[in-house]
Amino acid sequence: MKGLLPTTLEPLGRGHRLLGAAALALILAALVAVFVQAPTEKHLGDVQRIFYFHVACAWTAFLSFFLVFVSSLAYLRTRRAAWDMLAVSAAEIGVVFTSIALLTGSIWAKHAWGTWWEWEPRLTTTLLLWLIYVAYLMLRSAIPEASRRATFSAVFGIVGFVDVPIVFMSIRWWRSIHPAVVSGRGMDLDVAMYPAFFLSLVAFSLVFVSLLTLRTALERSRQQLEEMKRRAIFDLGGEVSHG
Amino acid sequence: MWEALRKHTVAIPVPRLEGRRSSFLSQAMAVAAKDLRAELRTKEVASGTFVFALLVLVIFNFAFDLRAGDNRTLAGPGILWVSITLGAMMGLSHVFGKEREQGSIEGLLLCPVDRSAIYVGKFAAALVLTAAVELAILPLFALFTDLSVLLPPLLLTVVLGTIGFVAVGTLFSAMAVHARTRELMLPLLVLPVAIPIIVAAIEGTRVGFEGKPWADMLPWLTILTAFDAVFLVLCPWLFQYVMEEMGS
Repeated sequence: MKGLLPTTLEPLGRGHRLLGAAALALILAALVAVFVQAPTEKHLGDVQRIFYFHVACAWTAFLSFFLVFVSSLAYLRTRRAAWDMLAVSAAEIGVVFTSIALLTGSIWAKHAWGTWWEWEPRLTTTLLLWLIYVAYLMLRSAIPEASRRATFSAVFGIVGFVDVPIVFMSIRWWRSIHPAVVSGRGMDLDVAMYPAFFLSLVAFSLVFVSLLTLRTALERSRQQLEEMKRRAIFDLGGEVSHG
Repeated sequence: MWEALRKHTVAIPVPRLEGRRSSFLSQAMAVAAKDLRAELRTKEVASGTFVFALLVLVIFNFAFDLRAGDNRTLAGPGILWVSITLGAMMGLSHVFGKEREQGSIEGLLLCPVDRSAIYVGKFAAALVLTAAVELAILPLFALFTDLSVLLPPLLLTVVLGTIGFVAVGTLFSAMAVHARTRELMLPLLVLPVAIPIIVAAIEGTRVGFEGKPWADMLPWLTILTAFDAVFLVLCPWLFQYVMEEMGS
């Protein structure tokens, strides 16, 4: 595993603080758009407003799982620790956003379908996605050696992502009633709802990038600490046996 | 001294490998034969897996009365596949378990063979073992439910489903033996990934039991074939990376 021990610990720079501020500003703007600007939906009423953040969370979750896939491939190719740090950070954030998407979706479903849960394709696939990446995180926590952990989780990250279309296909043939927002005919969404929708998407993407840089920096420090501890024990062991 | 050592190393006769294609297959077969020979001597894994799968069948019989009314065709396919997948997983955890316990992974790693060949060999042995357990479970399922299992759609489903499940399971088994929570980790890895197999196998089996036309089988056969094709390519490739991290 390459690139685990640089000589200095770099603190997060001004760039990150700027990113965080921009994410916060955009989330506030999205909130205004969602609650003030966007029109109230005819059939569902105000409950429909949860849709904007729900879709944005789901989008962010898929984005992070795609990132896990890409960085897993890159790790196997290059063996650079940075890719592994990116992969675990993206996976963790993805699981958080999937959880939020499932929760908000459940609240929406209670109102729209009259039930908290429905075994339909997108819901079921999202739940399975959540399970796959929870398993990914558990696999990581169960393997103490850094390079083995990185390789095994990269392998699982690739298998898990390649599996998603097959899972979706199998469950779609199994049952379907979810409203399709982006269908073949284009967007099934009122033009007046566009600002809230797209602002939420951009805002959540920025929150994602901001969280990702923070989490990757944290993972870097954690792995460096682990490596330092390992070396310290190794040095100590050497001294004891010599003296 | 180094010079002497080097000369000595060079002097060791290297077994000549004939044409690459045939050697890959014979390497894989050698690994598979080794595993099956070891299993034939003890029959530990096969018998344990079989009894476990049988227990699952029996326990489900208390959950859903398998003789009553429509229960057989309604719950039957699900029960059969829960029994098969859980049983197969118990067996899969031993694909690399023994190598790890007896420290023979290093021996396998030192073999001058293609690493994908080791995967293919391990996969083939696990496939034979799982098929043997299925051959024992299917008649018992027929006995308990009074359903015929000699249906072409059902048998095709069993074959395709088993291939995909064992393909993924063999790869994950190599990873799970290195995890701290070994027995727990394999199902956590295999089950969510194998969901398409489980869904398609259950629905395909149901089509068989209900005697519906072959056209109804098409979506399920497509899923099973797609899963098998994707993972039979992906798993041997990824296994090479797993193998590099397997020593001690």
